[in-house]
Amino acid sequence: MALFGSLAERLNHIFSKLTKRGKLTELEIKTAMREVRIALLEADVNIKVAKDFIAKVSEKALGQEILQSLNPSQQVIKIVNEELIALMGSANAKLEVSPKPPTVILMCGLQGAGKTTLCGKLAVQLKKQGKKPLLVAGDIYRPAAIHQLQVVGGQAGTEVFERGTQSPVKTAKEAIEHAKRMGYDTVVLDTAGRLQIDETLMQELENIKKNVEVSETLLVVDAMTGQEAVNVAKTFNERLEVTGVILTKLDGDTRGGACLSIKAVTGKPIKFIGVGEKLTDLEPFYPDRMASRILGMGDVLSLIEKAQQAITEADAKKKEKKMRENTFTLSDYLEQFEMMKKMGGVSALMGMLPGAKLKVREEDIDEKKIERTRAIILSMTVAERENPSIINSSRKRRIAQGSGTQIQEINQLLRQFDQAKLLMKHMKNGKGKFKMPF
Amino acid sequence: MGLFGKLFAALKKTKDNVATKLRMLFSKNKLGDEFYDELEEILIGADVSVTMAEEVVEQVKAEAIDGRIKDGDFVTDLLKDIMQDILDEAPMPEINYPCVIMLVGVNGVGKTTTIGKLAHYFTAKKKSVTVAAADTFRAAASDQLSVWADRAKVRIVKHEEGSDPSAVVYDAVSSAKAKKTDVVIIDTAGRLHVKDNLMNELKKMNRVVEREYPEASFYKFLVLDATTGQNAVSQARAFDGAVDLDGIVLTKLDGTAKGGFVISLCGDLHIPVIFVGTGEKMEDIALFNSEEFVEAIL
Ligand SMILES: Nc1nc2c(ncn2[C@@H]2O[C@H](COP(=O)(O)OP(=O)(O)OP(=O)(O)O)[C@@H](O)[C@H]2O)c(=O)[nH]1
Ligand SMILES: [Mg+2]
Repeated sequence: MALFGSLAERLNHIFSKLTKRGKLTELEIKTAMREVRIALLEADVNIKVAKDFIAKVSEKALGQEILQSLNPSQQVIKIVNEELIALMGSANAKLEVSPKPPTVILMCGLQGAGKTTLCGKLAVQLKKQGKKPLLVAGDIYRPAAIHQLQVVGGQAGTEVFERGTQSPVKTAKEAIEHAKRMGYDTVVLDTAGRLQIDETLMQELENIKKNVEVSETLLVVDAMTGQEAVNVAKTFNERLEVTGVILTKLDGDTRGGACLSIKAVTGKPIKFIGVGEKLTDLEPFYPDRMASRILGMGDVLSLIEKAQQAITEADAKKKEKKMRENTFTLSDYLEQFEMMKKMGGVSALMGMLPGAKLKVREEDIDEKKIERTRAIILSMTVAERENPSIINSSRKRRIAQGSGTQIQEINQLLRQFDQAKLLMKHMKNGKGKFKMPF
Repeated sequence: MGLFGKLFAALKKTKDNVATKLRMLFSKNKLGDEFYDELEEILIGADVSVTMAEEVVEQVKAEAIDGRIKDGDFVTDLLKDIMQDILDEAPMPEINYPCVIMLVGVNGVGKTTTIGKLAHYFTAKKKSVTVAAADTFRAAASDQLSVWADRAKVRIVKHEEGSDPSAVVYDAVSSAKAKKTDVVIIDTAGRLHVKDNLMNELKKMNRVVEREYPEASFYKFLVLDATTGQNAVSQARAFDGAVDLDGIVLTKLDGTAKGGFVISLCGDLHIPVIFVGTGEKMEDIALFNSEEFVEAIL
């Protein structure tokens, strides 16, 4: 966890006295690998998997020339990172399509992994690709599970096929007949969560696979899973021949080492990751990002990509020009807030920055305060936004009333805005680092 | 089988493994680095946090300096004592009536199911119970709780999906006060502990109970899934920071996961484990017993 600093920080500490160039020695590698081991274990990589991994990496690292551009700790991280990426395989977000429709996708996993929500997410994704999915309610045990799928299906705009608490095998067969009749090309079977040691329920899944032709068997795993991930993945894979894995709840602060364990024991690709409760919160899996997350180095790449999505290039050019000409106004400031919102809020963004996790707490970034700032700017006239210097005390009183805030807050905002402008001037001159203006 | 008997049976196999492993290891390697590494790995393998595992092993090493360690079995017993001492550092609170119990936790850990079990647990003790469906967010959450309320034959307070969860809490607490209900149990929506806005929503519900029903004892329990790994500590820290936790409910112990992270929660955060969940039926709940828990880990 971030509490102990990232692997990079710890390795830097070890190697801080070491400035020499040349090859990495055996002792250096051994010392460094102890730290790597701790980083992996703290990330929930299974102990055996971590051991094998370290043995392999140590061998690779031994006698490697330290590159001119890197220091020893960067060199170690580079090797570890590359090996992690190689182990996790390539990005693979493709779902198998059956030559004879409908394509059947079977979801399976432990209780509470997030299968039902995921069914909705897949439906949304499939529809975006122009497919016609049908969701099938196969969890006949958990109270209100069928209704939950119906609500999710409603949100996704997809039909949900259910037959109450009749045997899921029978329901699956009927659902496929229904799909054929109605022209659905993809059938997603939701199933009840089950422990891998529950013989009866594991047989139920085997029976579904015996009775209908399944193209994809997706194992859904909570990204916060610990050492147990290995047992779960192994048994599900052995009994059901899993074809792919989906990791859920990666919007938390888990390092997600379970992912490495699962990949190591099943060899099956990780196809998607779930990153939120909304039905659009499904993303492809990128091994390089996962690697830096497991090593505790932050999901910098995701952050960059999110930023890119939120700011179109044209927008960015316009802003840049304004900054250059120093005509950045409160309206632009407001726009920035809107953009932040689009990117999932400040806390979501900060969560992805390395080392920021524990330092940035709600006391520091108060989403409420940001909302108030927005309200203040929205209560200003256009003239005031373009030229804040005209805001005198009677204008301030009016704005405070309109936004339901205090005069002090308005003063504070104006001060902050001045600072932000100053900061931008510095940035333009290549001085100073980027900093959030609040 | 008794409640803990079931848990025992599930974990016995592993238990034998560890004891045998330690015995073997001891005979071939005495007390070298390899031995301590192995010890540490046994603990981490049960999802004990890495730092806690290191601490426990340090304590074992300290005993070894005194030359007291003679064989593998001694180490097993020593480990048990150390861990149990840590678990007992966080004493279980007495439950007083009338009380309000609010369950919080990340998505899918077993909050709603646990409420069904708790409702049953308290009615069996001849207490009157009301459950509050304050998860107004997740699809069909209040229907799920309604089924449990029916099963346990207790009253439920619920509003429409999408309504303000604090309003549900307010209603439940007010009516419990008027009806002199012994126990109110509040279900909350699953939320990841890093989402400030959702944590603030929880704080608001917390304030409503404190303000509206100060005469009741108020317990806030974090529900943790035993399958969780090192992240459990981060979850506990965050929820404790938001609502000041009184205890933990550890669910899904009927699987093969051990939930070793609770040792850190008791030792470092001083949050006691109150209940354990061992299945999906109404009866599958028991009070936590540190001795049996440690026994099950090793
Ligand atoms: N095997 C087992 N399953 C459990 C246990 N407790 C809960 N479950 C199952 O875990 C799944 C999720 O339980 P819920 O009670 O819906 O969890 P929740 O925390 O309320 O979930 P959200 O409200 O969606 O965040 C269900 O399938 C439950 O049957 C337990 O002790 N053992
Ligand atoms: Mg629930």
